[in-house]
Amino acid sequence: MRARLPALALVLLLLLAGCSSGGTRDDGRITLRFQSLAWQEESVEANKALVKEWNATHPDIRVEYVQGSWDSVHDQLLTAFEGGEAPDIIHDASDDLADFAYGGYLADLTDLLPARLKSDIPRRSWETTTFGDGVYGVPFLQEPRVLIANAKWLRQSGVRIPTPEKPWSWAEFRRITERLSGRGKYGIAWPLKEPVSATLNLSLSTGGQLFHRGANGKVTVRFGEADQVVPRTIHAQAGTDGSASPTTLGSGGSDTLPGFFGGRYAMVPLGFSYRQQIVQQAPKGFDWQVLPAPAGAGGLTQGVSPQTLSVAEDCPHKKEAAAFIDFLLRPPNMVRLALGDWMLPTGRQALSDPALRTSEHGWATGTALAEHLRPAPAQTVRGYPEWKDKVATPALQEYYSGAIGLGALRERLEEDGNLVLARYQR
Amino acid sequence: MRTSAPARVGQYTALLAYLVFLAFPFLWLLSTAFKPPRELGSLHPTWIPKDPTLDNFRQAFDEQPLLHAALNSLVAALAAAVVAVLIATPMAYVVARRRTRLAKAVTGWVVVSQAFPFVLLIIPLFLVLKNLRMINSVPGLVLVYVVWALPFALWMLAGYVRAVPPELEEAAAVDGAGRVRTLVSVTAPLLAPGIVATGLFAFITAWNEFFFALVLLKTPEKQTLPVVLTHFIGAEGVADLGPLAAAAFLATLPSLVVFAIIQRRITGGMLTGAVKS
Repeated sequence: MRARLPALALVLLLLLAGCSSGGTRDDGRITLRFQSLAWQEESVEANKALVKEWNATHPDIRVEYVQGSWDSVHDQLLTAFEGGEAPDIIHDASDDLADFAYGGYLADLTDLLPARLKSDIPRRSWETTTFGDGVYGVPFLQEPRVLIANAKWLRQSGVRIPTPEKPWSWAEFRRITERLSGRGKYGIAWPLKEPVSATLNLSLSTGGQLFHRGANGKVTVRFGEADQVVPRTIHAQAGTDGSASPTTLGSGGSDTLPGFFGGRYAMVPLGFSYRQQIVQQAPKGFDWQVLPAPAGAGGLTQGVSPQTLSVAEDCPHKKEAAAFIDFLLRPPNMVRLALGDWMLPTGRQALSDPALRTSEHGWATGTALAEHLRPAPAQTVRGYPEWKDKVATPALQEYYSGAIGLGALRERLEEDGNLVLARYQR
Repeated sequence: MRTSAPARVGQYTALLAYLVFLAFPFLWLLSTAFKPPRELGSLHPTWIPKDPTLDNFRQAFDEQPLLHAALNSLVAALAAAVVAVLIATPMAYVVARRRTRLAKAVTGWVVVSQAFPFVLLIIPLFLVLKNLRMINSVPGLVLVYVVWALPFALWMLAGYVRAVPPELEEAAAVDGAGRVRTLVSVTAPLLAPGIVATGLFAFITAWNEFFFALVLLKTPEKQTLPVVLTHFIGAEGVADLGPLAAAAFLATLPSLVVFAIIQRRITGGMLTGAVKS
């Protein structure tokens, strides 16, 4: 994108003009702006309906629905925060909050939220939005990575179908994908355009940790045995066994769907919410099912970055904003939001709702995985975005494509990675 | 220089291949816009939808205020184009005609500005517009677009001005025309194609702009088309492909039409003055 020096000059001139700052938004009654990132039709409808219900029952505290966009949300919010024009109630993802929380842009919700909401959401979910001593967002929706499988293909092959109670081990998973492969078909298609979060989050199932916080609070990268199980499995499937399609390694999740529907791959590992696209796009009669991701020494554990609701530090009516969040996240409402986004609610009561326990579209498998979800390993590691972009993404891409071996991968993740992280921890 | 028949065939074949390459994204967008969801997930996609549908267009219009957003884009882009041309034209005349240090400095400034990191501008710009109470307003966005388009407009128009022989203005002066009369009656008509091309360039730039609009416009009724298009995209780039393609196809049409009109003039404007006569 082009930039313009004249714009800077204009900016400086106008700054020198010293115009007055903006005033309050209130006109007798409180008005709160709620920026939602809901984008699927049902999800937008659910959000708007809830805002309407709130406004109907709270005439003194009006909420305005503002449609946000996942695209560039970080830059958009950062600009709005810097300019003192941020929305009062902010929808985002927990892995985007650290900078805003440490930057003082978000309100600490510790004393603003009611006990009902605090106790309804498990501690492990709160950890995704806890930075230092404060809580800077309410985690409310999350999605595990699951295996979406061609049910007919699996049945005909005679392999054991895994369940959340008895999942595949990573070794068994590798054997099965190999068994399902051959004659131009693959047992699995890994969409690894973004290999870091997929690898790290799934590695929790094998006891991987990668980031280790020392007694001095500093974080270092150690790529140990437990961290290596998932990448080695994927590497072997794509390179040695020929059971993973090599062409999808650089693809996004949606890109694998045509091949999946066309019978080229038996399984694709995708986020739980992809089921909506599958329902929409699958050919008539296509028989699919949701399977849990493989388990290791850590069981079915995997990392997630939940969607969150936060309150801007500049919001003059934090108590009212928190009350709206509480309303939005009452169990029945949380269920509506979860159904709209095809995701799992974090709240225990919402999660027990029969609508989310049905076997249709794999809901029951997803809800069974909810208790195994933990904060993504890098949630609170400062410098993680740079480590991910400059070190881990290219290193993992090269490893999965076979360009480098495990030793080189380890060297780069640890040596190059620790140099990057050290800069953020001086 | 004469070319042989086989060479000409080769040239036209290469040109045709290049045109097909350029048209591919647009034609694919058009095809996708008319496909039902099940065809979007096909392993063997076809250019012509087997079961064409208008549902994607219906859904796009139902879900997002596309017409309103298009109107906002149109107002912002038109206003930006007009204002940018009004400011850039006299500036370009001075830069092209006066070979002073100031004119050279302005030209240098324009060149340097092309490489200036965009992201550094947005926060101070936001603060200024906030103080001017122009956040979440189309005039505020127009101001940004004008500033954004001005350097290239100035550069482009200066080329056109240089192409007008100074002798024509001198002849008009000899005939007794004053400075203003010379500019209005002699120079301006000759600059007209360049002014139109520059204006349309500014229009297209503003019509397609996304990030400023995303940051500066907060309420749905003020948002422009590129911002509304992103509402069809979810986290991690997952997209509601059918409605997105339908909306993007509609959003592309004005740019294509405008560009079809101006492309020859833009090329002419860039090349004007490149060779000494």
